[in-house]
Amino acid sequence: MAAAFFLPFWKIMLEAPQYPEGLEMQIWLYKITGDVEKINGLNHYIGMKLIHEDEFPEFKIMPWVLAMLILFGIVVAITRKRALLLAWLGSLLLAAGIAFCDFYQWLYDYGHNLDPHAAIKVPGMSYQPPLFGYKQLLNFLAGSFPDSGGYFVIVAAVGILGVVVYEQFFTKKHL
Amino acid sequence: MKTVRLILLSLLVASMAAGTLSSCKPKKVGSVMAGDAASKVYVAPGKYDDFYLFTSGGFSGQLGVYGLPSGRLFRNIPVFSQDAQSGWGYSEETKPMFNTSHGFVPWDDSHHPELSKTNGEDDGRWIFINGNNTPRIARIDLSTFRTVDIIELPNAGGNHASPFCTENTEYVVGNSRFSIPMEGKGDVPITTFKENFKGAATFVKVDKESGNMSVAFQIIVPGFNYDLAHAGKGVSRDWMFFSTYNSEQAHNLLEVNASQNDKDFVMAINWKKAEEMIAQGKGKKIPASFMHNTYSEKTHSATSTEMKEVTVLYAEEVPEIIYYIPCPKSPHGCDVSPDGKYIVASGKLAATIPVFSFEKLLKAIEDKSYEGNVGGVNVLKYDAVLAGEVPQTGLGPLHTEFDDKGFAYTSFFVSSEIVKWDLEKRVVVDRAPTYYSIGHLCVPGGDTRKPSGKYVIALNKITKDRYLPTGPELTQSAQLFDISGDKMQLLLDFPTIGEPHYAQAIPAEKIVKNSKKFFKIEENTNPFVAKSEAEAKVTRTGKRVDVYMTMIRSHINPDNIEGIKVGDEVYFHITNLEQDWDIPHGFAVKGANTSELLIMPGETQTLKWLPIKVGMFPYYCTDFCSALHQEMQGYARVSPAGSATPLIFSGGATAVAEEVKK
Repeated sequence: MAAAFFLPFWKIMLEAPQYPEGLEMQIWLYKITGDVEKINGLNHYIGMKLIHEDEFPEFKIMPWVLAMLILFGIVVAITRKRALLLAWLGSLLLAAGIAFCDFYQWLYDYGHNLDPHAAIKVPGMSYQPPLFGYKQLLNFLAGSFPDSGGYFVIVAAVGILGVVVYEQFFTKKHL
Repeated sequence: MKTVRLILLSLLVASMAAGTLSSCKPKKVGSVMAGDAASKVYVAPGKYDDFYLFTSGGFSGQLGVYGLPSGRLFRNIPVFSQDAQSGWGYSEETKPMFNTSHGFVPWDDSHHPELSKTNGEDDGRWIFINGNNTPRIARIDLSTFRTVDIIELPNAGGNHASPFCTENTEYVVGNSRFSIPMEGKGDVPITTFKENFKGAATFVKVDKESGNMSVAFQIIVPGFNYDLAHAGKGVSRDWMFFSTYNSEQAHNLLEVNASQNDKDFVMAINWKKAEEMIAQGKGKKIPASFMHNTYSEKTHSATSTEMKEVTVLYAEEVPEIIYYIPCPKSPHGCDVSPDGKYIVASGKLAATIPVFSFEKLLKAIEDKSYEGNVGGVNVLKYDAVLAGEVPQTGLGPLHTEFDDKGFAYTSFFVSSEIVKWDLEKRVVVDRAPTYYSIGHLCVPGGDTRKPSGKYVIALNKITKDRYLPTGPELTQSAQLFDISGDKMQLLLDFPTIGEPHYAQAIPAEKIVKNSKKFFKIEENTNPFVAKSEAEAKVTRTGKRVDVYMTMIRSHINPDNIEGIKVGDEVYFHITNLEQDWDIPHGFAVKGANTSELLIMPGETQTLKWLPIKVGMFPYYCTDFCSALHQEMQGYARVSPAGSATPLIFSGGATAVAEEVKK
């Protein structure tokens, strides 16, 4: 899970007929990299707010949260207490839930709060990128998926969850 | 235990990965490549293409000539830009073609080629093209593929809605993309746009026999951006339609300010009635300063005439001949169906295509179905003129052309595709992606009464990875599609010179039969012609030296000249004495501050040379003409100013030098 500090967590990809090379934006725990400037350049036509790292207080908080979760995890591994393990899993799921809700809020905000003086106005159209998966927005196919760092965290969490569930329900308890 | 855990884990990862990677990624519409595409576009060695394709050079200012279906480039005809290869704009005879009321302008931005038409069909006599920057229209003679006529348009800025000709090429129009105040009244604050800036719809008369252009009249219209135009045909032949945007009348940040209104306009003008009004003397003559330059293929020289006035009608004074039809969101293309019954306008920020009916237009005018008045022009009700809208077409429609089966083809810039739709039923029947971001398209005869049903050519704005890269600056790309079947099939991808904004194509036989092979020497009336080697000579008048020179395989006459002095103005008048096919000669002299000249058989062209150094100056033939081409050379001796070197010359068999005292 520590890998999430060194690898991007999530990515948003954009494909369009006139962009055979594709556009991509990587979201890390503490920054945004990729074709952000190109994407901002395109977004101004539809009146979408420009994406700037300093707009997101999350980038200051998330590294600490993950650091604490990892520490907590190590403590659980050392103490081997079932109750702590369950608490750890619970807080992991809670953190994930909050993160996704927050992400959704941002996506909604950017997609709906458009500049009324934008050059291109398609009546009734909003440009909220998908939370997960693909979505067609005008001539762009937007894709939202975990990136390598994200995969490590998710796989680790799901793996441990799977083991716990397995042990809970599928093994004979030795008294 | 461990293995089970491992399996569980891997299953989880695998399913997640699979889920993410494939999770219903919407399939892109791929292009349908014809299986036998290669054979359909291959023109075997020695064989000819079926069509000529004329493409505008855009920022190159020239006119490209290609063959279809091979996509091979035959020529880059110089029109508005100086061409060092041929000497166009460098020779004394061609320099006047670049004269304008702003002086010598050696470049322009050529956007739209328009073939001359008779009975609404391309006739292969001439092709017209516009200069967008310093408003001008040029006419190219298609028997010699030479620019022979350039006329400047007064009172205009940005000649974009140009040139578009009426059904029998009675007129060719231009209109202002950048509205400006009338001539002489331009020194006003830019913020007074709404009060002072106007558009000028110019009607250039084309002489039926000679093709000679003249500004017949202008209609001064409200200050919007007039984008494109097309003449009516058949039932609508007396009308001209212009698309306009910036009905907001913004003068700054048009990207935002000209995109606010839900609807802009299509302007309909009854040019036939306007012509009658002018004949009845209703037009007003106002002062204007503009140039008209014509090139004669007999004298092989250009003549510049300064025009001092223009006849105008003011839109607000002739409401019975001008109407605005509301049209969604910054329309670009304004295209008339082959039978003249429908006008298709494409709003480049809209997602549907409105189709207007000419019959409904006339009725709306008769019923006075107005929804308002702008700048003295009545605005008709949208629904009173609309035949219907084509739904769910694509994003960013720009331009429409037609085929011979009742279908229309519209280019979509933002979604980068061509959409084929049924004109009567107004439904989409096919889509083809273009690579990338198509601007305009061209169906041979696609804007005439009898379009061909064979091809559509996409002219694209973005190239990116389509061809081998050539650094940051790339060629523009074009695609050739077969439209003879129900679905469009991609045949060929070919690069184009400059940036073709539009193109026109015509069956080859309409031009081939008229194409001249050489100029007849006996018809040459250039004042400096030398019709035989006996007429070759050098004369001096004060500081001016005229060299009457002949070139014929494989020698130049005279090839030895002495007595030129520093500070002289030397004119080399070269006549190519050949009277055969494809034997041009070229001419260049060391250190001349001008380009070479290419002289066709029977032609005379002049290179002006101002020697500033004393010495020996070789000159030679630059176009490989014969086995002894390398031997086609001469020497000019330049002596110091005020020296007493006698003027002597010799060439050919005349070894004896003639002494001309000065």
